[in-house]
Amino acid sequence: MANSHQLKRVDFIFRNENDWEKVLSATIKNKPQELINELISSELKGRGGAGFPTGLKWKLTAEAKSDEKYVICNADEGEPGTFKDREILSRVPYKVFTAMAICGYITGAKKGFIYLRGEYKFLKAELQKVIDEFHYYCKETGLDFEINIFLGSGAYICGEETALMESMEGKRGEPRNKPPFPTQAGYLGKPTVINNVETLVHAFTIFKYGAKKFYDLGVQYSRGTKLFSVSGDTPKPGIYELELGMSLQDFVYEFGDGDTKAVQVGGASGFLVPRKKFKDAAIGFKGKLTGISLPTGGSMMLFNSSRSMFNVLDNYLEFFREESCGQCTPCRVGCQQLLLGIKAVKRGEKPASYLDKLLRLTETMQLTAKCGLGQSVANSFSSIVENFREEMIY
Amino acid sequence: MSKKVNVTINGFPVEIQAGKTILEAAESQGIKIPTLCFHKDLCVAGNCRVCVVEVVGQTRLSAACATPCDEGMEILTNSLKVRNSRKQIIELLLSEHNADCTKCYKNGNCELQTLSSEYKIMTQDFLELVPLKKFSIDMYSPSIIKDDSKCIRCQRCVRTCAELQGVNALTVSHKGDKMKITTFFEKAMRDVVCTNCGQCVNHCPTGALVEKNYIEEVWEALADPTKHVVVQTAPAVRVGLGEELGMEPGSSVTGKMVAALKRLGFDSVLDTDFTADLTIMEEGTELLTRLKKALVDKDETVTLPMATSCSPGWIKYIEHMYPEHLNHLSTCKSPQQMFGALVKTYYAKARNLEPDKIVSVSIMPCTAKKFEAYRPEMYDSGYRDVDYVLTTRELAILIKQAGLDFNKLEPMKYDRLMGESSGAGVIFGATGGVMEAALRTVYEIVTGREVPFKNLDILPVRGMEGIREATIKIENPLKEWAFLDGVELKCAVAHGLINAKTVMDSIKSGTSNYHFIEFMACPGGCLGGGGQPIPTNPEIRKKRAEAIYAEDRGLPLRKSHENPEVIKLYKDFLIEPLGEVSHHLLHTKYTKRERF
Repeated sequence: MANSHQLKRVDFIFRNENDWEKVLSATIKNKPQELINELISSELKGRGGAGFPTGLKWKLTAEAKSDEKYVICNADEGEPGTFKDREILSRVPYKVFTAMAICGYITGAKKGFIYLRGEYKFLKAELQKVIDEFHYYCKETGLDFEINIFLGSGAYICGEETALMESMEGKRGEPRNKPPFPTQAGYLGKPTVINNVETLVHAFTIFKYGAKKFYDLGVQYSRGTKLFSVSGDTPKPGIYELELGMSLQDFVYEFGDGDTKAVQVGGASGFLVPRKKFKDAAIGFKGKLTGISLPTGGSMMLFNSSRSMFNVLDNYLEFFREESCGQCTPCRVGCQQLLLGIKAVKRGEKPASYLDKLLRLTETMQLTAKCGLGQSVANSFSSIVENFREEMIY
Repeated sequence: MSKKVNVTINGFPVEIQAGKTILEAAESQGIKIPTLCFHKDLCVAGNCRVCVVEVVGQTRLSAACATPCDEGMEILTNSLKVRNSRKQIIELLLSEHNADCTKCYKNGNCELQTLSSEYKIMTQDFLELVPLKKFSIDMYSPSIIKDDSKCIRCQRCVRTCAELQGVNALTVSHKGDKMKITTFFEKAMRDVVCTNCGQCVNHCPTGALVEKNYIEEVWEALADPTKHVVVQTAPAVRVGLGEELGMEPGSSVTGKMVAALKRLGFDSVLDTDFTADLTIMEEGTELLTRLKKALVDKDETVTLPMATSCSPGWIKYIEHMYPEHLNHLSTCKSPQQMFGALVKTYYAKARNLEPDKIVSVSIMPCTAKKFEAYRPEMYDSGYRDVDYVLTTRELAILIKQAGLDFNKLEPMKYDRLMGESSGAGVIFGATGGVMEAALRTVYEIVTGREVPFKNLDILPVRGMEGIREATIKIENPLKEWAFLDGVELKCAVAHGLINAKTVMDSIKSGTSNYHFIEFMACPGGCLGGGGQPIPTNPEIRKKRAEAIYAEDRGLPLRKSHENPEVIKLYKDFLIEPLGEVSHHLLHTKYTKRERF
């Protein structure tokens, strides 16, 4: 346990200081280049789950040549077991808007959008009030930036950044071919920064307190803090801001019910970690801290011994079968085959060895699916089937 | 000079223009990467994923059709990783596909079948998904059959309907396992904006969209000794048919086709080109009449520009999309329907046949013609004017079923009475052809001189550009056309309904100043029709067009009004263009339709 990291509760995100006007006007007194450097030196990575360096994203968009650019806040929080963005938008929305405006100042974008999950419609009126106030202050500061809310319609795939843009353009929400990436050709074909809600709040923290304060938290490759949505078999479900880099062992010690069998890190598209691997698993982006590292959008689902892992996987696969956009073969057909396949094995209609064929199928899906959805089905499938093979069969 | 990038494909260096895709780079080296959703007519979708290749250093595979070459890329098109993934994707497609190949109309001409044969998919380990889904077959349209159980969701048809045609009759609905290609509120194809152009059929890689075939009906008619079966062949069929029978694109097979039709047992093998010439007489006269009314009589009820009415896909398109502009259409029936009306009247009388004993068959490059023959207006002879319409592809099936060795057939000539044609009739098969044929005749009627173009080739209206324009100034006309002196006749040609939309929008907004416009529903005109051999793509269309113009150049008659059989028809039967008999048999009216 030499590398074990003590669990550290932090309070940045929801700290309610009500000084965003000051932060905004102070920040935009700096040159865009200085701000980008500040962001890059913080090593902030996207908090939606993919972990792309935020500073680099803003830099690429700032360098792209175009008369129009956009900033989009991805609030299509659809990953099963994630509910942090809702909380951010209800408690500290102005931090998100301020970061978007600063991003606009840096990249040259004059328009921003909140892509709000359809189920979060109840937040819209309140958000609009804050936006109106925000617009008023932007004018006072002399900053030309405007934010609009775009309401999603309930498709999980629209959380994928290019599908989200297609949906905003009035088209069917289907992921695009990449390249080009949104930093070159995003919404309406123009350079676009698209960030998760939480990422933007961290950017706010960095511009307010400086990169160093953020960088000093967390571990190498995984700097700063992260919001976790804790659910499942736990005595204290809820949202917690924790330092990155903790081991799963410590996490379960804090949040488990004493009978934790496995933890699903990162929602349906994340990984399932069985008890015997808790101490080897660290929550972070890259760089093997102590065995496996687990990038995450923040969903932590705990399962105790009363849960059937077959049912858990069955549930995820049903979700993917329905939420695949359906355009690419590996994802559309693959998800159907995986779901029906494990059922067939369970019923004895296919031999246990059929699970190996399905594991190979998830490899193909990971290699060839068009977007992150199809590519990441392999994560939960292989981690559950490999660790709980018995439960799949008997 | 545009920038070049250097990559390697399977270890061999390749220099290629920046921006070109991996698929294009491989093609330039003669390396075939399999594709399904890719089609040269359409935008890149990248959704079937069979074209995945390995780029060394990247964790995931890339879709070759959608990935541009970057400097230094090391591309592997056939690594083990690629092969295994590709094979599994084909297996997945087959598991979701009604793979009852021996009972499929597209058996032998199916891209999925070819691919699974190339990759030797011998077993089906995955679960069969087709029986779990309730698929229905839409057979209500007289032109197109849509069978969802054979659909592989490549969306070629959707892109065709949107990008080439601007019709959007087909679209994607639902998501995940329920995702499918469908119409507005899942209505039948016959009840939506579908123009029956058949471009979706021509672009479908499998048997999900096929023409409704009338092969057995025709065999039955041919076997019936009490019937006199007449066949007409459209201009574009003669430059496409060869492809279905193993020849290179651009082969002109007029004589062989006539010989084959005679051997199939048709009692009379005639030419739609004959009524193409007749169309020019009627339509040309109609144009001149409209011009006279507009310019001399200042009649404000006359609608200009006048639009051609030969293409039934275009007719149904304007009926749906611009129902308030139907007055622009020439009232002339299409050559097919003029032919049908004459066969059961003029021809029957001249050959001393009972019209109800005549079965009138037409061979068309088109699926919309099937619908056209079915229209209630098309019974002017007192009978159904055209009984059965076969596409170029169906004719090839007849020829193969009859066991004819097409290559060995000695060319023959069309039968007489309605078998003679001019080069002007032949070029109806290419975009711009109707315009060129009309100008050759109209100009000469008005001025008494040939059109002022070398060899009668009116090059400005030829080509493959979506919309083309030409202006011809009329100078020193004959006395009765003096009002046209100095008039600049402004013409336009549009092919592919997406281009027709652009022109129609300019008419709608009042910014168009044309007198006469040729519209063809299909890209390239009839030679790129929905009933033509599969595949049809830009290169093949170009070759077919060259063959058509070569045919025109080789004919002794080049002008419609000089066709002796047409002259005789007017003398013996019709009396004059736009006369009473013409009005009854050769002209029609149009129907306003809904837009969904």
